[in-house]
Amino acid sequence: MRVDKRARFDNYVVGSANRLAVAAAHAVADAPGAVYNPLFVYSSSGLGKTHLIHAIGNQAMTRHPDMAVDYVPLEDFVEQLHAAIATGEMDRFKQRYGRVDVLLIDDMQFLTGRRETQSELLRLLNSLQGSKRQIVMTSDRPPAEIADVDERLIQRLSGGLIVDIGAPDYETRVAILRAKCEEKSITFEPGVIEALARVEFSNVRELQGALNRLAAAQVTDGTLTPAQVASLVGAPEPAPAGSPTAAAQNEFFSFLTDIASAVAAQMEPWKVRVGEAVAFWNGEGYRTRPLERLMQEAKAPDNWEALLRGFAQAVEQLRDLEQQVSTVDPALGGAEMFRDPERLTETAAFVERALAGAVPPAGPQAAFARASFEESASNQMAARAADAVIAEPGHRYNPLFLAGPSGVGKTHLLNAIGNELARRGGANFRVACVGAQLFIDELIAALQDGTIERFRARYRAADALLIDDVQFVGGKERTQDELFHVFNHFHSAGKQLVFASDVPPKHIEGLEDRLRSRFEGGLVAELHAPDRTLREKLFGRFLADARMPATPELLAYLAERSATSVRELIGTVHRLAAAAESAGAPLTLPIAKLTLEPAMNAATTPPASVRQAADVFFLDDEKIVWEWPDAAGRLVEELR
Amino acid sequence: MSLVNYATREITCKIVYYGPGRSGKTTNLHYIYGQVPEDRKGKMVSLATQTDRTLFFDFLPLDLGSISGFTTKFQLYTVPGQVYYQATRRLVLQGADGVVFVADSQARQLEENIESFQDLHANLSEQGVDPRAMPIVVQYNKQDLPHELILPVSELSDAINFRGAPEFAADALHGPGVFETLRGISELVLRRLSAAGAAPGTAAGAGTK
Repeated sequence: MRVDKRARFDNYVVGSANRLAVAAAHAVADAPGAVYNPLFVYSSSGLGKTHLIHAIGNQAMTRHPDMAVDYVPLEDFVEQLHAAIATGEMDRFKQRYGRVDVLLIDDMQFLTGRRETQSELLRLLNSLQGSKRQIVMTSDRPPAEIADVDERLIQRLSGGLIVDIGAPDYETRVAILRAKCEEKSITFEPGVIEALARVEFSNVRELQGALNRLAAAQVTDGTLTPAQVASLVGAPEPAPAGSPTAAAQNEFFSFLTDIASAVAAQMEPWKVRVGEAVAFWNGEGYRTRPLERLMQEAKAPDNWEALLRGFAQAVEQLRDLEQQVSTVDPALGGAEMFRDPERLTETAAFVERALAGAVPPAGPQAAFARASFEESASNQMAARAADAVIAEPGHRYNPLFLAGPSGVGKTHLLNAIGNELARRGGANFRVACVGAQLFIDELIAALQDGTIERFRARYRAADALLIDDVQFVGGKERTQDELFHVFNHFHSAGKQLVFASDVPPKHIEGLEDRLRSRFEGGLVAELHAPDRTLREKLFGRFLADARMPATPELLAYLAERSATSVRELIGTVHRLAAAAESAGAPLTLPIAKLTLEPAMNAATTPPASVRQAADVFFLDDEKIVWEWPDAAGRLVEELR
Repeated sequence: MSLVNYATREITCKIVYYGPGRSGKTTNLHYIYGQVPEDRKGKMVSLATQTDRTLFFDFLPLDLGSISGFTTKFQLYTVPGQVYYQATRRLVLQGADGVVFVADSQARQLEENIESFQDLHANLSEQGVDPRAMPIVVQYNKQDLPHELILPVSELSDAINFRGAPEFAADALHGPGVFETLRGISELVLRRLSAAGAAPGTAAGAGTK
C-alpha cells in the first residue's frame, strides 16, 4: 500500500493528548533511523494513529526523496507473507522489505497468535534495525499487551520509543472540528462547533461522523443553532448521578469486578503455568501431550516444575536434532517427529542413522589385499592375529594393535583386514578405515561447524573401525577424548577395532593412560623389518610383477641384502628395472650387483663414520641419483 | 464442556435460565443485554414463536474480557418453559455449568413452579448429572406485582427451594435482582473451578456425554 498523501503533519491537530507522539513522529520523519527506532504508537481506535504514521511517511519522503518509504497494514503484510510462502517466492518477499528505508506498519495488534508472521517480522526488524533503517508501528495497545506474541518480538517492539495518543480534550476537539470545516468548506453559526465539541466523543472518527451529520442536516434543514446540536448528534443529555443509566453501567461493571475476583481466587497458579506452557509450545508447533496429561492431575504433582523444564529441554534437543539433520538433508527437517518431545528417543536414533548414513567414514583401500600380504617370521604374529580378527571380528583380539617401524606392511595389513571384513560381512557391514590424521581433521572440522554429533554418529554407525598411524593422536587431548568414547562404544558393542602405529602403545608420546591401557587390552602385534625369507618372497613377487623373471641366484643375492622396510625393497626393484632397461638387457645378477654396489668403488662411498653423521636424507636410496650419464654423454652436453 | 481451558486461556461458562413458561427467563436476559456496554455485547439470539414465547431458546453471549489473563466468556441460555418443549430443554441443559431457576412469584403459578423445578431435577438426572452437584440459584421473579397477586419470598422458598439454594427476589422487567442473580450463580460456578480439576466429569456439573 502507498502512503496516503492526504494525511500530513500540517493537517494533524496537535493537542495535549498527542503532543509527545507528534514530537516523536517529527523527529523520526526528519532523521529516519537516527532516533527512536522503532517508534511504537498506540491508542484506542480513531485517535489518529494511522494519520500520524502516514504523516511520518509523507514527511520522510519530502525530506529524503531518495529514501524508500513503505506503508503496510499488518493484515496486508500477513497476506503477502502467506502468498509468498504459497508461491515459493519468499526471497522476493524478503527482498521487497529488505530494501525499505522507512517501514510503517499499521495495526500491530493483529500479530496475536500468528507465529510465522511473528518470526518473519522479528527477522525483518532485526535486519532493518541492524542497517539503521527506521521502523514505525501502530497498535491499539502497547506491545506487552498484545496477546500471544513471542517474548523476543515484544522486546524488539519495545526497544525504541513507545508513545500513546489519548482522547482529544475539548480544545483539541474544537481545533479538529475547525480544521475539518475548513477542509470541507463548511460554515456553521458561531457556537455550533463548540457545542459539538462539548459532546464527549471517545474518538475522532465519531467526532467527524457527528460533524458530517450536522453538515448534512444544515443542507436540508437550513442553518443550525447550537441548541440543536445535542439532539442531532444523538448525544445523551448529561446524566445526573444516580440515574438509572449510570446505575446500570455500575451494575454490569460491579458484576465484572466480582467475577474477576472470583476467578482470581479460584485459579490454580500451577495450572496456569502449565497452561501457558501448553499454549506456548502449541504455538511453536510442538505436541504437548505430557503437559496436557499433567493438567488432568487433581493436585499439583511435586515435580511439576521439573516436568515443565524437562519438556522445554526435550524441545531444545529436538530443535538441535532438527538442525543437525537439516545439514545433511533439509527435506528431513520439519518432519512430525521433530515436533513431538515424547518421541525424542526415536527421533534421536533416526537422526543418528540419517547422519551416519549420509557420509560414512572412509573405508579400506581396495589395493591392499590380504592375499598379497607376504608372511614370514618377521610379521607372522601380526598376520595370524589379522586372520583371527577376520574370522571372528570383535571376538578374538579386540583391539588388534599393529606396531612396527615404517614400511613393514602395517597399512597393508590394516587395509587387508578391512577389505576382508567388508567382503565377509556383506553389503550392510560398514568398515571405517581411516588414517589418524584424517580422523583428527574431521574432528576439527566438526568442532568448527558444530556438527560434532554428526561426526560421532558417522563413526559409531560403522561395524568395524580401523585407524592407521594412531601415534598421531599423541598429545591431542580432544581427539583422544573422542577416540576414547568411540573406542568404548565399539568395544562394548563387540565391534572390531584395529589400530596401527609405528611404535607400541606404551611408546606413543602424549597418549593418555586410559587409551594406552585400552590399546594394550587386546593384542599388540609387532611387525619387524622384513627378514631374509620375506625379502626373498617379496623380491620374487615384485620382480615378477615388473616382468623381470629372476634366477634363484639373483633372488638369493637380493634377499641377502638387509633392508629395514618393504618400501626399501620396492625402491631396489625400481632401480633394478631402470638399470636393466638402460642396459637394454634382462636383469641379471651382474647388472644387479653393478647397480646395487656402487660401494665397490670405495672412493664414492663415504666412510662409515660419515654415513652415520650425515643427514639420513642423503643416504636414502630412493633419493640418490645413481645413474649418471657416462663421460661421453656429459661432454656432448657441455659442448652444446 | 470444560469450564476452564488453561491451554487456550479461556473460561467459558454456560448458564441456563430454567423455569416455568412466562416466569421471565427471557426478560432476565433482555435486561442483562441492555446493560452490557456495546463493546462487550455479543449478538443476542432469540427464537420466539409468533405469540412471542420462546420457541427454542435464547442465547446471550457475554464477553467479559480478560480476567486474570483468561478470556472469559459467559453464555446465557434460556429454555422454553412450556411443558411440551421437553426435548429442547434437555438439549439446552446439556453441558450447563450452572442453572438459574426463575420462579414466577404469582400465587396461582406456584404449582407450575414446583413442577418445573422437579422437571429440572429429572432432566439433569437423565443426563447423568447429579442435581446436587449442579450449581443452582433460585430467583423469585415478578416481585413488582401487587402484593395480593404474589406470594412472599419466604413462602415461595418453603414451597420451591427444598434444596436451600441461594435465592434472590427480582423484578426482571425493571432490573432489581437480575444482576444479583447472575452474580450469585457465577460465583457458585467459578468457585468450582478448582473442584473441576479435582473430579473431572462430575465437577462443575459438566453434563457433556
